Amino acid sequence: MQRTVAAAEFLAASALSQADAVGAFARDGLLSSQEVFTQQLVTGLSNGMIIALIAIGYTMVYGIIELINFAHGDLCMLGAYFALTVVGALGVDHWVGAGGLMGLVMVLVGTAAFCGSLNWSINRLAYRPLRKASKLSLLVSAIGASFILVNLGLFWGGLPMDVFANGTSSAAPKAFPALVSAAPAAQIGDVIYSRTDLLVLCVTLPLMVALTYLVRFTKLGKAMRAVAQNPTGASLMGIDVERVIGATFFIGGSLGGFATVVYSLYNQTVSFQMGYRMGMDAFIAAVLGGIGNLPGAVLGGILIGVIRSMSDGYLEARWTNTVVFGILILILVFRPSGLLGAKLREKV
Amino acid sequence: MIRRTASIVAALTGAAFLLAAAPLNHAQDTPSKTLKIVSSLPQTGSANAQTTSIVNGIKMAIEERGAVVDGFKIEFEAMDDASPQKGNWDGQIESANAKRAIADPAVVGYIGTYNSGAAKISMPLLNKAGVVMVSPGNTAAGLTKPGLGEPNEPAVYRPSGKVSYFRVVPADDIQGAVACEFCREDLKAKKVFILHDRELYGKGIADVFKKTAESTGVQVVGFEGIDAKASNYRSLVTKIRAAAPDAVFFGGTTQTNAAQVLKDLRAGGCKVPFVSPDGTFEKAFIEAAGKDSVTKDQGGVYITFGGVPSEMLTGIGAQFVKNYQKKYGEIPEAYAVYGYEAGCVLLDAIDRAETKDRAAIIAAVAATKNFNGALGTWSFDENGDTSIRTMSINTIEDGAFKFVRTAGGAAKAK
Repeated sequence: MQRTVAAAEFLAASALSQADAVGAFARDGLLSSQEVFTQQLVTGLSNGMIIALIAIGYTMVYGIIELINFAHGDLCMLGAYFALTVVGALGVDHWVGAGGLMGLVMVLVGTAAFCGSLNWSINRLAYRPLRKASKLSLLVSAIGASFILVNLGLFWGGLPMDVFANGTSSAAPKAFPALVSAAPAAQIGDVIYSRTDLLVLCVTLPLMVALTYLVRFTKLGKAMRAVAQNPTGASLMGIDVERVIGATFFIGGSLGGFATVVYSLYNQTVSFQMGYRMGMDAFIAAVLGGIGNLPGAVLGGILIGVIRSMSDGYLEARWTNTVVFGILILILVFRPSGLLGAKLREKV
Repeated sequence: MIRRTASIVAALTGAAFLLAAAPLNHAQDTPSKTLKIVSSLPQTGSANAQTTSIVNGIKMAIEERGAVVDGFKIEFEAMDDASPQKGNWDGQIESANAKRAIADPAVVGYIGTYNSGAAKISMPLLNKAGVVMVSPGNTAAGLTKPGLGEPNEPAVYRPSGKVSYFRVVPADDIQGAVACEFCREDLKAKKVFILHDRELYGKGIADVFKKTAESTGVQVVGFEGIDAKASNYRSLVTKIRAAAPDAVFFGGTTQTNAAQVLKDLRAGGCKVPFVSPDGTFEKAFIEAAGKDSVTKDQGGVYITFGGVPSEMLTGIGAQFVKNYQKKYGEIPEAYAVYGYEAGCVLLDAIDRAETKDRAAIIAAVAATKNFNGALGTWSFDENGDTSIRTMSINTIEDGAFKFVRTAGGAAKAK
């Protein structure tokens, strides 16, 4: 084990010295245009991977019951408050070394379980009774669920806890403790690869691989695909459709839970309003990639992240939303079902 | 069915209008003996701690007079101009507040707003109706001063042609310049990067900062409006790093994501001084920024403020801070004393007014000269601005604001 670490360090060091020698990546505190581009790409990818993980939750639910789950972003917001509460209650931010890593994993898994269960309950209480109703009723129910979650977040933020600065103002943005320091994990020239960038990668990639495995190769995954294709047919084949839908909500929600912890660690701020932006970005990503399509959501998320980053970097920040929506409109004009979406019958 | 639904909707809308237009209380019962003062401040959202202490300040001003002025009973109501959706001031609510105040004949004074952008909405409404407005917190220069904002400012806020808006806090033409001077003199900055939140206040002060920088030989290496709702600003930070400034100025407030900008600067590896205006001079900013991003070794944070912090006040001001602590058990936020001063100057004008009608009270406020208050001895000028020009520079240490030095001040006073 020790040897591998040493080898990795050697590799990193040689990569650094090589890069320094190239010149374009000189470590002089002044960023060359190449370094700026690389740094923007890193930022874009990190933001994009987080968006992608949230978008998966959107797209899974759409794929299976054709509902645009507007409560998804706010579910993630509530997950962030849960994570912050756990961190504050157990003092995870004071754990060091291996304990700190364990604490981080615990917060990640705990929040995922919380968000998963919550999403499952929302489905049970707000969506399942409307299964036979029109799609529009379902959509309105989702918007209602979103409002309830936002107000729960507002209430939660006002609880007198140390970690909320004793709730002096319920609506104030809360600082999320830096469980993972923002210090550079590696620096090539002046391009900084921070530990939080690394964290994003270490959490999102394995989850995406695991999800792909689950959907493609397990019995549950097969059942999910069957229900997505034809719920009536699936139930005739002996699949418990409601159970599969419940499982989909749980999995989508828990991915959102992982995403929200990573998001909070990356941005170090939690606010009851953050759900709107998270949900909006993820929704656009899901539509861009082809809603209902899992690889599409990932591709869409990464694209949105990188486009935002490049637009901030090379245009002006105030044009970023215009650029993102402009590209979305263009893609939808020429490929109405998104980048990877199959040509489907009319939905909603 | 559709027709019935439509008629129900129409009836409900009608009812809503009636409610909106209904007076705040039934003042007709005692028309001559009760006068009412209202405040309109953002009390939903992170500015709540700041604005609650402003309201407390106004209440203390009224209580000190026993809620009676010249035989008239003074009533007070604090209105909220923020919405939960925005967590910040909301133009629709500010407009509704102003209309409610106008519709109530007992209302003779409107204390507000906190945000300059909100003032832009209620100022013309109140001016037309002839209700005096005293702001404890607006600092955008264009609200009162010709030639410093848009070409049609401030005339556009005065449809009646008369000045009916006054503020007890010095404006941003002074604050923006002071912030720039501080960057040049104390921080030895030769290059600055300027960010703003694209709001009236934030963009306004950033413009003044830019103008001052250009005229004093400080190079402006970037000037950009941010998306106040973005989740982070890492890409912008890379752009800032590439421009290699000696300091970053952010024209904006805690509510328009000042703390996130600061955190991303530090996380993105940009460790230069961060300078922001009075919109971030509140505990909520320190809370949101967290303890790691504000330290000196990360570049430091400096906040300008149109006056001095509570603990530096003297005379009546110091007495106010003492009384406030006794009554509410905490040191007031920076703007509490401005709420108190706005209340005092308004009550003083009501006292001096011959008749207690709205027009006479506007005239009495305008005639305020050498007012001896918590902020010192000062007057309103012909634009409705205070004659005070003292500013302070503050930093953050151990989770609290710490006074650095005064600036602006008497040297430039007329």
